[in-house]
Amino acid sequence: MEVVESGRGELIQPPDIDGFREWNRQNKPKALVNKVMTEQEAIARFVHDGDYIGTELYGTVRCPMSLARELVRQGKKGLRIAGQGVLELDLWLAAGLVKKLDITYIGLEVYGISPSLRRAVESGQVETTVEWSNAAIAWRFKAAAMGVPFIPVRSMLGSDTFNYSAAKVVRCPFTGQKVCLLPALILDVGMIHVHRADIYGNAQIEGISGFAFELSRASKRLIISTEEIIPTEEIRRYPDRTIIPYYLVDAVVEAPFGSHPGEMVYLYERDEELIKEWVEMSKEPETTQEYLDRYVYGVKSHAEYLELIGKERLAHLKDIVARR
Amino acid sequence: METSAYNPTELMICIASRLMEDGTTAFIGTGIPMLAASLAQKMHAPNLIPIFEFGGTGAILERLPLAVGEQRTFNKALAASGICDIVETAQRGFIEYGFLGGAQIDPYGNLNSTVIGDHDHPKVRLPGSGGANDVGSHCWQTIIIMRHDRRRFVPQVDFITTPGYLTGPGAREEAGLAPGTGPYRVVSNLALLGFHEESKRMTLLAVHPGVTVEQVVENTGFELIIPDHMEANEPPTPEELRILREEVDKERLYI
Repeated sequence: MEVVESGRGELIQPPDIDGFREWNRQNKPKALVNKVMTEQEAIARFVHDGDYIGTELYGTVRCPMSLARELVRQGKKGLRIAGQGVLELDLWLAAGLVKKLDITYIGLEVYGISPSLRRAVESGQVETTVEWSNAAIAWRFKAAAMGVPFIPVRSMLGSDTFNYSAAKVVRCPFTGQKVCLLPALILDVGMIHVHRADIYGNAQIEGISGFAFELSRASKRLIISTEEIIPTEEIRRYPDRTIIPYYLVDAVVEAPFGSHPGEMVYLYERDEELIKEWVEMSKEPETTQEYLDRYVYGVKSHAEYLELIGKERLAHLKDIVARR
Repeated sequence: METSAYNPTELMICIASRLMEDGTTAFIGTGIPMLAASLAQKMHAPNLIPIFEFGGTGAILERLPLAVGEQRTFNKALAASGICDIVETAQRGFIEYGFLGGAQIDPYGNLNSTVIGDHDHPKVRLPGSGGANDVGSHCWQTIIIMRHDRRRFVPQVDFITTPGYLTGPGAREEAGLAPGTGPYRVVSNLALLGFHEESKRMTLLAVHPGVTVEQVVENTGFELIIPDHMEANEPPTPEELRILREEVDKERLYI
């Protein structure tokens, strides 16, 4: 196959598909074993300095925010990140944990560009920034999920997004057309927040599935946080709803309001006031530190975080959804 | 007809909304496209099918989504899938219109939402492509909504996040992008613009109420094609403004 063009970006996590197969054979128990643990244990056991990490979905929507905060508390350093993110990656950037970034979008959505991203990238604190489109990152997970080294797509062609990526343009061996090849992205650690899971990790999601299917299958270690832990009989009653089967999962962490201040569809609304608080406080380094001190370092666990937010406020977020 | 006062954002939303046809599919990004789609559904296009990149297809936009993945993007929707399904659907040619914004645009409709300045030593690091590159690559017709000034309408963008017509006629196809795709309209706060059929350069189509051609030219950092005959856009109607203010964006997040 003729390589016509190569993006100049670093391939931050080169795909090793045979290694991935071997890993999946050796390190992922196929027996049903209880994987329930605290967020402290899950992050301490499975996340290491320098790891390549991905989260799903993003910041304000069904995002593993309790895990993201715990990772900051444990101060994991030199992380390499796949970046479709809002609040979760903002926290990691603000805490200075990110060394390399495969970026598609990091921003504050309706509230504009991310001051934390600006500071981290413009200062050179993030050493490497490699560009991709949203679908490109998801498709890179898809390639890993398929167990193949790359996937051909028609995004990114002709653009600087391609020029500053680690993708390649080749001539299709069947049609002669130019296509963009995306390298598979195998994560050291993936994190996903779900509506419900059993103790083994069989997990179900409601609403849009984002890229949970692909990311869960592209992760060497997968930490699931869940609004509730349900009996396996419930899973067996509706097996078609299981988007993540147990054998993909390494840790199951019970985390009610685990997406807070983001939303969880059909369960609770986003906490607009707290999101705005981050938008305001993240503008300057000093106030960013104040936010981290208060909401992240100032609590020992997700349970303490929820106490800090307060029962009434959380109940209100549930009520908004229930009254609809 | 009663003339109501309106602001530039309201004007852009109304003009963009009128471009949304009933019974078509439209890929909707964060911000003004969401307001325009909601307004269109409540006005002339009840069967507009909004498509959101993280999986929402055919939502009824009763309340304004705040993000492209949040629950309002699949409120009473026809389907809720995921990002691969949605962008693959666009890649297979199912999505007619794509609505985008950006920080910079050039005469060929190339868009920048990645960096101002040099990529590796940026003056301003912007959010990045997100779904924009996917939308601009795969939708049949891309409609861009942007404020109109010389900082934004530039001879050359600092970074092509999303491909327009690249360097001109034939360049998209040469790059491997699907034939027959590309930028279709630009809605700014001053005018409605299109792209010349042969040269693929940006062309003025119609000025907004109270705006002169000279004003448009002054605020554009490159040479526009100015046709001999010029249309004038209709101002927002009282009905459009009422729905926009009382139903679409009650909380005044955008307008």
